[in-house]
Amino acid sequence: MMAVGCLFLLLLGSGGAKANSASVSTELSKDVEINSSVPVDVTERTSAEALLEQLTHTKLSKAAALLEQLEQSGDVRVRAVFQTMLDGALYYQRDNRQLLAVRKGEDKSLNASDVFSGESLGVVAKKSVKKIRVNNRLRVYLRGALSRLALNADSADDRNIAVMSMLDKLSADNVAALQALDERETNHEVKVSIALALAMNTLATSSDRDQRLAAIEVMDGRLEAPVKNQLRALVDSAVVDGSIVNSSLDTQVIAAAQKALQNIDGKVTAYGYVEQLFFGLSLGSVLLLAAIGLAITFGVMGVINMAHGEMIMIGAYATFVVQQLMPNFLEYSIWVAIPAAFLTAGLVGVLIERCVIRYLHGRPLETLLATFGISLILQQAVRTIFSPLNQTVVTPEWMSGSLEINAVLSITYSRIYIFIFALIVFAALQLVMKKTSLGLQVRAVSQNRSMAKSMGIHTDRVDALTFGLGSGIAGIAGVALSQITNVGPNLGQAYIIDSFMVVVFGGVGNLLGTLFAGFSLGIANKFLEPATGAVLANIIVLIFIILFMQKRPKGLFPQKGRAAE
Amino acid sequence: MSTPSSNSMNRLSHTVGKYRLPIKPTSLFVLVLFTATLLASMANLWVPADSAFHVSTYTITLLGKYLCFAMLAMAVDVVWGYCGILSLGHGAFFALGGYGMGMYLMRQIGDRGVYGNPELPDFMVFLDWAELPWYWLGMDNFGFALLMALAVPGLLAFVFGWLAFRSKVTGVYLSIMTQALTYALMLAFFRNEMGFGGNNGLTDFKEILGFDLQADSTRVSLFVITAVMLALGYVVSQFIMNSRMGRVVLAIRDGEPRTRFLGYRSERYKVWLFVYSALLAAVAGALYVPQVGIINPGEFSPLNSIEVVVWVAVGGRGTLYGAVIGALLVNYAKSRFSVVMPEGWIFALGALFVWVTLFLPKGLAGWAQDKFFKTEEHPSEDEPLSSDMDTPISHSAKGAS
Repeated sequence: MMAVGCLFLLLLGSGGAKANSASVSTELSKDVEINSSVPVDVTERTSAEALLEQLTHTKLSKAAALLEQLEQSGDVRVRAVFQTMLDGALYYQRDNRQLLAVRKGEDKSLNASDVFSGESLGVVAKKSVKKIRVNNRLRVYLRGALSRLALNADSADDRNIAVMSMLDKLSADNVAALQALDERETNHEVKVSIALALAMNTLATSSDRDQRLAAIEVMDGRLEAPVKNQLRALVDSAVVDGSIVNSSLDTQVIAAAQKALQNIDGKVTAYGYVEQLFFGLSLGSVLLLAAIGLAITFGVMGVINMAHGEMIMIGAYATFVVQQLMPNFLEYSIWVAIPAAFLTAGLVGVLIERCVIRYLHGRPLETLLATFGISLILQQAVRTIFSPLNQTVVTPEWMSGSLEINAVLSITYSRIYIFIFALIVFAALQLVMKKTSLGLQVRAVSQNRSMAKSMGIHTDRVDALTFGLGSGIAGIAGVALSQITNVGPNLGQAYIIDSFMVVVFGGVGNLLGTLFAGFSLGIANKFLEPATGAVLANIIVLIFIILFMQKRPKGLFPQKGRAAE
Repeated sequence: MSTPSSNSMNRLSHTVGKYRLPIKPTSLFVLVLFTATLLASMANLWVPADSAFHVSTYTITLLGKYLCFAMLAMAVDVVWGYCGILSLGHGAFFALGGYGMGMYLMRQIGDRGVYGNPELPDFMVFLDWAELPWYWLGMDNFGFALLMALAVPGLLAFVFGWLAFRSKVTGVYLSIMTQALTYALMLAFFRNEMGFGGNNGLTDFKEILGFDLQADSTRVSLFVITAVMLALGYVVSQFIMNSRMGRVVLAIRDGEPRTRFLGYRSERYKVWLFVYSALLAAVAGALYVPQVGIINPGEFSPLNSIEVVVWVAVGGRGTLYGAVIGALLVNYAKSRFSVVMPEGWIFALGALFVWVTLFLPKGLAGWAQDKFFKTEEHPSEDEPLSSDMDTPISHSAKGAS
């Protein structure tokens, strides 16, 4: 909370510094440039200044009036002052009455900073500053005032957010502020939001039937929680067991409210499905990424690589190491991490192939055991080199946060990027397998090893490269996974069984089947989850695959023709 | 039955080479086992504690645990070594047997639990359960509990095997499916709602059939019973493998399609062998729990099941005594190693996997046979493994079409 407050202050502060000398007229404009070019209005400036100075003298009981005056003054710095005050960090210097933002450091020292610019002013002595006290009543006022002040924000989006945040606190003051904004507002979106807020106010306060009906019409189909709550409260107050019993309320209004509520519920449910679908696709893309490398080593080469999960882990640790190496360029580290992870995991893969797997050719069960041993060694190596604990991998700024589509549906950016990334990796791999000579050779070897060999293909080389490619892709999956899960020695284990399921379900040796299987298992999992809980959903999917394997032992899309033999 | 490996057991029993054994290996195995058990038990009970020959109760319990593991390894060997079914989920049958016994022991606690509820085990009281779930009913009866501890894993093995072998799922597919099975069970048993104590499992046992579980005599008795059961399991398994069914099972391992073409319903043999093996594992689990004093979902973890496979691989698959020796050796090494350098153990275990598969494909037993009992009749030992192992993966799916 504190950090958010600081950030907020910082942003405000820098904005304030830009327009520091320029007083901002109450007239609101979208354009920042206009604001800063307004000539300095000396009287207003001094009045705000004077009020701020007065703040250091007044008693707690009289502060409210002063704050109201400040709010009225329209000075752009007032927001910063209010926010600091709300945080309980507004102090003033005893000797020159200058306002300071003071926050306690870890060692209880008082770190002062400029209220407006957030610029650090160093540690101050406890005796030299005095806190401006706030009580609960003032805090309530400050919160309201801050949201009202936010209505004057420069960007239309910020204004919209401010309006939306007022929906559940429609006090008379707030309504007045909204009405004032409505008159001068030019942005369509903001106007729609204001209309919604005012409609809610009308429904709550007016007793005129037509007005209330009109208000409900405006509210119909809106997904914001306060809208739904208000309608629900209205309906609940009048309806028992489906019939309207409270005759003091207008039946027509209640019926309209009921209908609007149904509409809203319907929409919420629909968006709920959309959200589940997205979660499913997101899980599917993770499964796809984890399984696709396996689809090559297991499907194309016929090698059971139990150390596949550890290749993913290596990729994730490569991301971690890259971030440690370039702490100042975290934003771009991911572009270094992807090739680094591919190369590291790929190299380890080639090593494993050269040292162990090639001696076990054609003995899949033994390969399984040997690679399992390797996976144990790799895990323990990571525990020894790094630590048994999870490591922190920083998510770059542009990948954090979420895309808000409406009040009930928001999608995190990291998952969107991983979804896209999984598709890109898949497409690239498909391209390699279908269009390059390496891909051609790999397919030839997987179909008929001895024939390929007699055609002059270096099967040993192809084996090593294929295994390296599969492992490298797993490493890339590790980069993606490092953004959404914990990076620890057990990272790979969590995915190995799921990955096998995806490959087997999709049909061995079929990359497209893997794609399809990954997404369908992901979606199935997420749609089962609300009804059964995550663990049971996982179990059900596992049992389903076990049963499915009885029916179609070759998966959804079995290989056909001579390749299948 | 011309494959050299398939009668490796027999070869040892009627050894032709210069080192003829004076005694059949089955009798030898039983004899060694009983002598060791007897000596250890006597050393614990009658030798004074300060004597150099005294065996501590801790050691007895440890030995009992090893013998349970040996039995589990034997169960895996029966299906893997003799039938080529690599089960990566035998830990599931072991754990289910253990849970059956655990439920009985849990009910025996009665009102001596922390909450003092005579009906409900502690964890159910803790979770606010009003009454005993139906599947806990009757588990306070030792006979019934034992029956359940065998019936449930047996039934599971039957259903799973029947489904899998009927659709001719073989090779790695089967291995991965068994792994998925034990993984799914692990997830399920971790849930508190299942009514098996969730994460903590079942523990704090007090007594079995009225005997205090902490008493030396009970411990020794359990150890002796385990040894007897292991010997019994060994004799029965040996009998099965020497019977007509065992011959067919070996034939299936070495060439399932051919066996089928000869008119044998291979899936039936496999299902029954699988069920027998699961029962063996369940008995081991049921004996394991009272000695160790706890059973939790960790026993279902795929890693445990794979470890069992390694014991068998180290000892030498296709020879029952090899599985037993492997289990004892690896577990002894584990006990010693993980005390001295806990980190090193994982490295060693991993290296063991790789080393055994690369350099010791027939395990210690096979190596010893090659070294000491090499016969003139089999001058060249080629790859002793089943056709499943020799054929690339696509083969496994071929039979299904």
